[in-house]
Amino acid sequence: MIELAGISKVYQLGGFAYPALSDVSLTIGSNEFVALTGASGSGKSTMMNILGCLDTPSSGRYTLDGEEVAGLDEDRLASVRNRKIGFVFQNFYLMPRVTALDNVAQPLIYRGISTAQRRAHAERALQRVGLADRMQHRPNELSGGQRQRVAVARALVGRPELLLADEPTGNLDSRTAREIMDLFAQLHAEGQAVVIVTHDPGIAASCRRQVRLHDGRVAEDRING
Amino acid sequence: MAEPAAEPEALPDPVADAGGSAKFWYAIQECLRSALSTIQSHRLRSFLTMLGIIIGVASVICVIALVQGMTKSISDQFSGLGSNTLTLEAETPVADQMRGKYNRLHFTDLDELRYRIDGISNITPAVPVPLGQVSYGSRTAAGQFYGTTESAQDVQGFYPRSGRFITRSDDESRRRVVVLGEQIRKDLDLPQRPEGEYVQIGREWFKVVGVMEPRGQVFGFSQDGFLIMPYQTALAFNSAVARPDFSISFTVDDPDLVENVKQRVTALIRRAHGIEKDQPDDFHVQSSETFLKTFQTITGTITAVVAGIVGISLLVGGIGIMNIMLVSVTERTREIGIAKALGAPRRFILLQFLIEAMVLAVIGGIIGMVLGFGLAYGVAALIPNFPPPSVPWWAVTGACLFSMLIGMVFGILPASKAANLAPIDALRYE
Repeated sequence: MIELAGISKVYQLGGFAYPALSDVSLTIGSNEFVALTGASGSGKSTMMNILGCLDTPSSGRYTLDGEEVAGLDEDRLASVRNRKIGFVFQNFYLMPRVTALDNVAQPLIYRGISTAQRRAHAERALQRVGLADRMQHRPNELSGGQRQRVAVARALVGRPELLLADEPTGNLDSRTAREIMDLFAQLHAEGQAVVIVTHDPGIAASCRRQVRLHDGRVAEDRING
Repeated sequence: MAEPAAEPEALPDPVADAGGSAKFWYAIQECLRSALSTIQSHRLRSFLTMLGIIIGVASVICVIALVQGMTKSISDQFSGLGSNTLTLEAETPVADQMRGKYNRLHFTDLDELRYRIDGISNITPAVPVPLGQVSYGSRTAAGQFYGTTESAQDVQGFYPRSGRFITRSDDESRRRVVVLGEQIRKDLDLPQRPEGEYVQIGREWFKVVGVMEPRGQVFGFSQDGFLIMPYQTALAFNSAVARPDFSISFTVDDPDLVENVKQRVTALIRRAHGIEKDQPDDFHVQSSETFLKTFQTITGTITAVVAGIVGISLLVGGIGIMNIMLVSVTERTREIGIAKALGAPRRFILLQFLIEAMVLAVIGGIIGMVLGFGLAYGVAALIPNFPPPSVPWWAVTGACLFSMLIGMVFGILPASKAANLAPIDALRYE
């Protein structure tokens, strides 16, 4: 359960204050599939950073799974990200020198879980995204779609409250993009909350709910019919 | 689309999943693994980074090994000399030496020792012979020539290998006989058993009566370039010198009383020399142990000074590591951003880069150590009769710990730079 109340973010640049988000309130249920859209400069990225606990709002309250996270310090935010948020990035952001399995196991390192257990969890996560036969491959030995699946497995391995994807199909061809979107839909069907940040109307349309930002405010919030 | 597999088993609660120490151990394990894989994937760069440490440690280990080897070989030679042997010698302050004034022992000191000190034996005077050259046929040899009495062999624990030593009757009748050191025998091209041959010192002829057992070399200098004649004979040679610089050695019967005897001898000789209460001694009583201690202090100082100088090169090596680690942090900004997004706390990133710097330094230290050993053995093998190097355990442990410390000290700056990166900025870094 995600609850944003009166969230604002103001950047200070050269003595001038630039508001990126102004008084945004939003509630996302624990089993929702949401597309966050908006033109560039709409505050979409800022929103994604705040949702993902990568950045803190200037004011407002943010409750994630019953925990108030708006005023936490860096290490506590890191812990929240580790436990409650799974990230999927446009450029996959995998570690180039390690295998798919170790990439997926990486978030569990920070939880203090033994190597054997990490690998066991990572194997299950890779099986779940259909890459059981690619576990020992390095990212450069995988196709774009496979890489993004590894990234999804890495996001899922810690059983997060929220799967947060930033333009997850931006670097993929349309067929692979469809496959990845199907994967998200399937995860949603299994009970996973998913938020996808995108500027692609097609992708946005395939989500259950669509939130459009404009000039740092929620301009539209509707359920796709 | 692959079949979705069964749900993973619920992960343990992140707060309670591992105890603090187990968690720390997993973190260390992971950091070591990542450090080794990073070093392996940049082999040339890592090697060049380590080079400073390698050279520094190799030089330190090489110097320590050589100096310790010499100390050990000299200590071994001295352990033959009993610690209960004392030597009474004249001592002149440097200021007086510069004025040409030299203190000497008195001939009567010998009798003072003989009749007024109990608990000592083998009282042996030794007097240098001013002419330091001996010839046999067309060959000549030089060395340390001195006169002494028959008890010298017992004081020094050093005996003839062939023939005999000076005897009491040689001394009493000022016989012109000599006992040679092995080196002098070789230099003169005398036969293996030269007894009965005649050698010439100055204008006098001497009969060779024996050759001493060889003592080998120290620092590449032969310890066998000496010639011994009876004490009284040597005194006659010294007739031109009014007060020859002689010394008296003796052994203390009870080794526990060495200090006591030293004090008694000092008091006695002060009285005999008429030294006032507030005046310094014009002689000193030295044991082989004090000499050994002095020697060890000197080599210890040499080791410390050289190690200190070379230690500076380790600092330079550390700066090299810091430099490359800073580059590495910049190169891996994205990677750090990903780790932070996935929930790595500051201290984990700090630990990761600190351990990487330490691993670099320690590997460099180990390579340097092996190289230093090799170098020391090489140098010792190249110089003839150089004692074999010896590397004490403290040097090995010290080199490892010191390079680890260097890695830690110079790793702190890059590691905290990495740890303090803001996650969004690091992720966006191109």
